[in-house]
Amino acid sequence: MTAIYLDNNATTRTDPSVVEAMLPYFSESFGNASSAHSFGASVGEAVKAARQQLQALLGAAHDHEIIYTSGGTESDNAAILSALEAMPDRNEIVTSKVEHPAILSLCEHLEKTGRAKVHFIGVDKLGQLDIEAYRAALSDKVAIVSLMWANNETGTIFPIEGLAELAKQHGALFHTDAVQAAGKTSIVLKDSAIDMLSLSGHKLHGPKGIGALYVKKGVRFKPLIRGGHQERARRGGTENVPAIIGLGKAAELALAHMAEEQGRVKEMRDRLEKAVLQRVPNCLVNGDRNDRLPNTLNLAFEYVESEAILLHLNRAGVAASSGSACTSGSMEPSHVLKAMEVPEAALHGAVRFSFSRDNQASDVDRVIETLPPIVEKLREMSPFWADAEKKTNDKPVFA
Amino acid sequence: MWDYSEKVKEHFFNPKNAGVLSTANAVGEVGALACGDALKLMLHIDPVTEIILDARFQAYGCGSAIASSSAVTELVIGKTLAQASAIGSRDIANHLGGLPVEKMHCAVMGYEALQSALAAFRGEARRFEHEEGALVCRCHGVDERVIEGAIREHQLTSVEQVTARTMAGSGCTTCYERIEDILVRVTAEALRIQEAAQIAAEAAAAQAKEPAPGTVTLLAARPRPAQPRAETPRPASAVAASSPLTPSSPLPPPSAGMTNLKKIRLIEETIEDLRVYLRKDGGDCELIDVDGSNVLVSLTGACVGCQMASVTVSGIQERLIAKLGIPMRVIPVGRNAHGL
Ligand code: FES
Repeated sequence: MTAIYLDNNATTRTDPSVVEAMLPYFSESFGNASSAHSFGASVGEAVKAARQQLQALLGAAHDHEIIYTSGGTESDNAAILSALEAMPDRNEIVTSKVEHPAILSLCEHLEKTGRAKVHFIGVDKLGQLDIEAYRAALSDKVAIVSLMWANNETGTIFPIEGLAELAKQHGALFHTDAVQAAGKTSIVLKDSAIDMLSLSGHKLHGPKGIGALYVKKGVRFKPLIRGGHQERARRGGTENVPAIIGLGKAAELALAHMAEEQGRVKEMRDRLEKAVLQRVPNCLVNGDRNDRLPNTLNLAFEYVESEAILLHLNRAGVAASSGSACTSGSMEPSHVLKAMEVPEAALHGAVRFSFSRDNQASDVDRVIETLPPIVEKLREMSPFWADAEKKTNDKPVFA
Repeated sequence: MWDYSEKVKEHFFNPKNAGVLSTANAVGEVGALACGDALKLMLHIDPVTEIILDARFQAYGCGSAIASSSAVTELVIGKTLAQASAIGSRDIANHLGGLPVEKMHCAVMGYEALQSALAAFRGEARRFEHEEGALVCRCHGVDERVIEGAIREHQLTSVEQVTARTMAGSGCTTCYERIEDILVRVTAEALRIQEAAQIAAEAAAAQAKEPAPGTVTLLAARPRPAQPRAETPRPASAVAASSPLTPSSPLPPPSAGMTNLKKIRLIEETIEDLRVYLRKDGGDCELIDVDGSNVLVSLTGACVGCQMASVTVSGIQERLIAKLGIPMRVIPVGRNAHGL
């Protein structure tokens, strides 16, 4: 039985052609991109080419707006800390309650240490930002607004360009964590109000440990990592050349496959959603079904706990997740679902299926076969199920 | 995904005694939907012999919650009330071939449900509840009040000491930062109270020494006005540095009433006694040298690099101080030196 991988929001398989593109940069093309001699020059060229591939993916005006980092977390940290330093007369941050821990724990830390006042904006039941609260939090004290483009757990997409324009009206910098969105939905930064954007290699079939931060030309930037003059002195440290080449290649492939992600992948996802909702009672979809990443399906099953479902699924050869991989080691329910006020009975029973271009239609068939009996078995054992008022699910949007 | 033992997986995938027990005459219920785990344990106890004839469970929770519930039923069937009351969460975990530390609370849930059922049978009520939000260490079910109490009572100054007293923080360690915060807060509070008392005492003393009428004092020794204290608590490092166990604290000279030879013998004996315990946990401690009040030891095996190493060191130190009655400082040295 081959294992089925449906946890692509946690990480994706590195594309074989990405690996292939990287290989020479471990061996024959080993030069330091910053060196003046011929060994370095060709590598420097390749690093520049990768930057242009990222520029294309993001629809950025200039390639030098891209800074290579170690990944999404570093990009997020660099953006926020830079803004606080670059705007010394402002000390407020606006963000949302459903951000990735890379943003949330940094903001909590900044608040705790008295370095910033943070507005954590809530969301509605679909995971959409409370726009009124957002408007109310904006003022000329805000140094930076940081809002995610798409949520990693539910796939809900924020109307980022519009949110950025609102921030601009108050002179605040605008950053978006686009780690989940990049490569899955179209992004055009040129002429947008977005000042900074984070992305990560391993979420788009690239290598792990590499990411990028887009900083719009003209935006004041203070480096997080100081050292040599790499990245035009905006990020010290010798370039991770093989990973950079891999990231560039991954960006190129992501752009080429985007139509497929939004078509074939979405179709698979929707078929799974519809089938599970039809077969399993007391099950709900978390996220905004009208504005959601095409690959993400977050289902919550009432009166069962997600880890128990995942263990059974894993034994049946299906890898899924209970939400964000970063927090599945803890026992706390997802902060995202809590912010969405998912009913208590379903809060601990969420399972996230996230697809990629590697998935096949047969993967969906297998989940449709295995999942309903697992939920049934666990519910039979649950002390709450017998008393639960069984209900049918809301009519699926894609029915 | 968790690293579960084969036995845990077996109990999870094929739970024993799942379902409703219609003949139950003792039911224990713990947990809730909101907590993410719950267990309803149903027992059929012979009222005459007090033997548990049958047990069933219904559980809601993760893999180890279901496995622990299944294990409890297996453990209690055939036991007398007295035998069943002696079953602890450790026994449940051991029956499963161990649980990941982060999941030990599942065995605790099994234990609590069992105690509740037995109490219900005896007509007593037994509740296991934590105040909302007060639970700091989920792995060991330790809440804020317990930690605060331990810090105050034993004047604890480091997270390791809190862990040694309360178990909090010895599992997944995600509660480490919260324990640290509590430590800083409680220590700062204690310090404030102490200083306020000192200022009051100084003021009282100064008032008693008020000069006799007619005396002229050029530089009157008036009580200092209470300094407004900064609201920010002292950083953890500063708190830790004030511990009598940390190497930077000055030590009074060793007691004159003991010969060097006697002192070394006593130290040797104490360490020899402790080695028995250390070896049980796969570690060891060897006496290297005694230099004045400094006892140099070499930690080996599991003691080295173990997150409890500093607890081990301060534990040995405490024992030596108690035994010899003089201040001693234990310093790990050598190849396996910890913190040097
Ligand atoms: S919560 Fe895991 S050790 Fe405290």
